[in-house]
This record gives sequence, C-alpha cells and structure tokens, in this order.
Amino acid sequence: MILHGSDRVLVQGITGKQGTFWTEQMQAYGTNVVGGVNPKRAGEIHCNVPVFATAEEAAEVEPVDVAVMFIPPAAALAAAEDACRAGVRTLIILTEHIPSHDVMRIHAAARESGTRIVGPNTAGLVTPGECFVGIMPAFNDRVFKPGRVGVISRSGSLGTLVCLNLVAEGMGESAFIGIGGDPMVGTTSRDALAAFEADANTDAVVLVGEIGGAMEEEAAAFAATMTKPVVSFIAGAASPPGKKMGHAGAIVMGNRGSYASKRAALEEAGVVVADTPAGIVEALRQGGRTVH
Amino acid sequence: MNFEEYAGKRILAQDGLAVPRGRLAQSAEEAEAIAVEIGPVVIKAQVPAGKRGKSGGVKVADTPEEAASCAEDILGMMIGGYVVERLLVEEKADIAREFYAAVLDDPASRGPLVMFSTEGGMDIEEVADSHPEAIRRASPGIREGFDITAAAGMLAGLDVPAATAGFLADLYRVWRTRDAELVEINPLAELRDGRLVALDCKFVLDESSAFRQPDIAGWGAAERMTRLEQRGRDLGLKYIELDGSVGVLANGAGLTMTTMDVIAHFGGKPANFLEIGGEAYTKATPALELVLANPGVKSLIINFCGAFARTDVMAEGVVKAWLELRPNLPAFFSIHGTNEDEAVRLVRERLGFEPYDRMEDAVRAAVEAAR
Repeated sequence: MILHGSDRVLVQGITGKQGTFWTEQMQAYGTNVVGGVNPKRAGEIHCNVPVFATAEEAAEVEPVDVAVMFIPPAAALAAAEDACRAGVRTLIILTEHIPSHDVMRIHAAARESGTRIVGPNTAGLVTPGECFVGIMPAFNDRVFKPGRVGVISRSGSLGTLVCLNLVAEGMGESAFIGIGGDPMVGTTSRDALAAFEADANTDAVVLVGEIGGAMEEEAAAFAATMTKPVVSFIAGAASPPGKKMGHAGAIVMGNRGSYASKRAALEEAGVVVADTPAGIVEALRQGGRTVH
Repeated sequence: MNFEEYAGKRILAQDGLAVPRGRLAQSAEEAEAIAVEIGPVVIKAQVPAGKRGKSGGVKVADTPEEAASCAEDILGMMIGGYVVERLLVEEKADIAREFYAAVLDDPASRGPLVMFSTEGGMDIEEVADSHPEAIRRASPGIREGFDITAAAGMLAGLDVPAATAGFLADLYRVWRTRDAELVEINPLAELRDGRLVALDCKFVLDESSAFRQPDIAGWGAAERMTRLEQRGRDLGLKYIELDGSVGVLANGAGLTMTTMDVIAHFGGKPANFLEIGGEAYTKATPALELVLANPGVKSLIINFCGAFARTDVMAEGVVKAWLELRPNLPAFFSIHGTNEDEAVRLVRERLGFEPYDRMEDAVRAAVEAAR
C-alpha cells in the first residue's frame, strides 16, 4: 500500500468534475496515470489518456496496478467489482456513504481476486516526491516533503494537518496512508503499520486515529512488536457520545472504541499518545519512545 | 436510522415473520378499544430508546379498563429523553421460553454476523459475561447468504424448537433485503402453543441505503434535535449544538473533532460540532451563519486543513457570511492545505484577520477570548 512512481494507475470516473481535476493534479505530480473509465465515453482521450468502457478492458491493453474510484455511492459496487475482475492489485475507494451491504460485497469480491482495498471514504495514498493517488494535496510542499516518517490517518483533513506540522518542523514523510473513515475499511491501521515496519525508507510512524471501532486497539497489539517507534494522536476525546451502538453491535466491539480504551492500549504498547497534533512532532523529536 | 418497535415489527410482519397481533394507540380510549378486540394485552411505550421496561414503559393489562388506565399512566412519560406519545397495544403472549436472535454488520469480518442465544430477555452483553456458552455466532459470506441449513448447523446441539432455524434464515433475509445495519429480536419467544414469535424488535436501517429502501425509510424514528440542529439538517450539514462558548467551523470530521479536543485541552468548551467535509465544503456561508446563530458563542475558531476541500472556496464562503452578518465576535483562523495562499489573502484583505500558523495557537487564542 506504499505507492511507487512506476505504478500504473487507472482512474474510474475520470471524466467527471472531480475525476478530471484530481487526475490533472496527479499527472502534474508524476503519477503514472495510464487510463480512465467511463462506459459512455469509451474510445475518447481525456486528460491525455485513453478512456475505456470498463476496468477489465483497460487491463487487457496494459496491466493496472492501482485503480482509484471517483464514483458516486450507488454505482460504487459495480465499479469496484469491475476493478476486481480486472485484477487490479490495489483499489482506492474515495467514495463516502456507500450502502453498507455493498461495502461487504466489495470486500468479498476483493478477497476473491486478491485485490487490496484502501477505504472506502479514504483521501488516498501519497509517496512524496514520487506520486499520489486520491484527493490529498501532495503538490503542496508545506504539507508533503520526502522524508522518513510514515503517516497513517483515518481522516484526510487531520492527516493533512499532521503532515503540515511535520514539514514545518523540518521533517518529511516516507508515505501517507489514508485508511478511510468508514467502519468497514479494507486496509486497517494495523496493516499500514506492518507496511511501514517493512519499509526501508521509514524510520518512525505517526498513527492518527479516531474514536469508534477497534482499529487502534488492534494496531496497538502490532505496535508492541515493532522495531520502529510509533507516535499517535487520537481525535475525539472531547466529542459528545455519538450514535449509540445497538446492543449486539456493542458486544462485537466489546468495550473497545472509546478514547480512553484506545489511548490505554496504545500506551501499553509503548506508543506515545500526544494530547494535541503539535505534540506529535515533539514526541518524534524525543525519539518517539515512552521512557520507562 | 433507528426504528421504533412498532415500525420494526411492521417490517417483520410484511416479510412473513410472526409478531403478536396488535396496533398503535395514541390515547387511553384507543388502547381500551384494542383490548376489547383482542383480549389481555401488553402496552408498550414507543420511543427510540432502550430500557423501556425498567423505566415503567411496559405494562400488562388483562381487561379493557386496565388497558385504559395503563395507557393513561404511560402516555406522557419521559423515557430516554423522549416523551411517550404512542403506545403499541398487542396481545399478551403465553411464553414458555425466551431466546435472542440478531443479524448485524460486523466490522471485524467485513460481513454479516448472525447471533443466537438461548438466554433471551436480558442484555446480550450480560449473557456474554455470565453464560458465554449460551451464545452461537455465524459469519456467512454476504454473496452466499444464510439459509435454513446454515442456520440449523449454527444451532446444532442447542435445545431449541425445530422452527428456530427457519426463523433465523428469515431474519437474515429481512436484514439483507431491507439493508439493515441491525435487526435484533429480544426476546424471541416460544409460546406454550409451540409458536415462535418476535416479542420485541430493534431495527436499524443503514442510512447510506435509505435511498433504495423508499418503502420503509420514512418509518425511521424522528431524531431529537434542537432548532439549530434541525436547521443544520435542512441545509445538509452535520451540526450538533453543545453548551460551550467557542464556536467551531472546520472541514472534515477528524479535524473538527480535533479542534474540539484542543479547545478542551486549553480549558475551553466548544459551542458546537459542525463539519463541512466532503462535498459540503462549498457550504461555508450557511455553515458560519449556523454557528453564529447559537447565542452561547463568544468567540470563533475557523480551522481549515484542505485536502479535497479547497481552502480558498471555504474562506470565500466565510468572508461572504461574515460581511453579511458583521458579527461582533473575535474570530481566529488557521488555514492550511489546498490553495491556502489565496485563502489566507482573502481572510487578511477582506476581513482584516491574520491567520495563525499553528492551529493550537489559534485555538488557544479563541479559548482565551471566550473567557
């Protein structure tokens, strides 16, 4: 899930307003966009790349490594299934508000085809200085600079802020991995930690989490086994109790999901948890380790 | 989207699952009339909140006169913050045993989870603690589905009526075809005459699926909202009114929550949650009007960190609202991300505010100004 400049990228929904705007941004930054998809515009050239009727057709011309979806919620399932059939290695789903049963079907299709799903509701992936896929301002050099800190975030806006702080303090990012804000995401914080642990260009990892779900607790268990320091910030300490889980939902989650639970699990694993976003940089400066 | 019991049962009944005979009543007279028709009844407060029984919102009435007086008692009660305005009056069940059944979205498996317990009528969390062996779980593939054979396999070895497997398969079908996030039957009762009946129903519709469930989407319970929250909803904005004094306008849920956290960190209290994330970033003008409409607001923090959301578009929206309303409040800005140079220029030149470089500094200033 760490992108490389050589990755061949297909943009589903390339001809739409957002698809066009962000494809142009990606291309200008160096992302290797090899084509787009829109069944009604197949055969045309858009943003200087060919438009195909389906991802499958695009993959017949040239294998696709990464597909990214600029697709509305109701059409997301069909587009994702198309990408999976095309044998795409990584599928980045930016769409928010996809019906939850459709999300489950997308994950089922991805399991079958061996496709890694990033998202839904992610802002995408960035490898500073090389390429980006999604809707992150990679081109803003106050936010993204090549460096050695891996950044993981469920939120695009908060991830942007954290990256901005890093760069302001003279650090940079090896990569940014947007996990996505949905409850059922394909790539978890734990998966992203594992990718950075194995990445030769990363020395330390910042994990930006949020209240709700159990991802941070699972990530904490992995962080305890890592050789690289992990610094975290969890958003939502001051949020009023949100939508209540159904009883059955609560049992699936156990008692996990609260700020206190996440912070405790991470601290127990040796992760420094900052009180404010600016505290992340402080903690990284001090080596990102809890002093016992 | 939560459904009250009567609405959940209406879905079950339409889909062929057994529920007690009964109807809604809004007055003691109506409750009495239903009891005349069906005999001994249970009268249940209809509010989208749990613990109705423990709050005194569920009563048994053996005669029409009792039904009228029970209805009188329950109507107008306050349960879970809701005033009881409607009652479900249904036939009293002659219960032999009580079970628990549910189908729900499971983030862990990214698929459906079917649950069954032989200990019905109590909180499933309590059962998980005290009798974990009473609970059975199955995680069927959403593309394969969950039929009566799968249900029978899940229940193997449990002392339950033969019809239970069929009921579970039917419940799964309701969850699947109705785009439910959760459908929970507690208790699922075995009656003395051998029938299996859903005595209660908690149904939660996946909000992202409401567009393709037009038949039932309108049956969801109305959320409790303040006047400003209602206005936010009408504008398509997620606004939650809080009791603090620092008004918050930020983009993206993560950044908005963080802004509130940092306000609390510096000893302040946020006056609202309001995010203009995703496509809503173009709605900065109505969003700011909404924040300012809260009389508790003494200062403002405007925190933009644009990725997808263009900060210049958001800043333009803020400038427009500010010049229209000319509020007599101190405002503190932190603006970074996509097109920030233009955004900072707009705020500086049109409003005369100098955005802070660090959001913590902007928030701290806003907290101090609100004191």
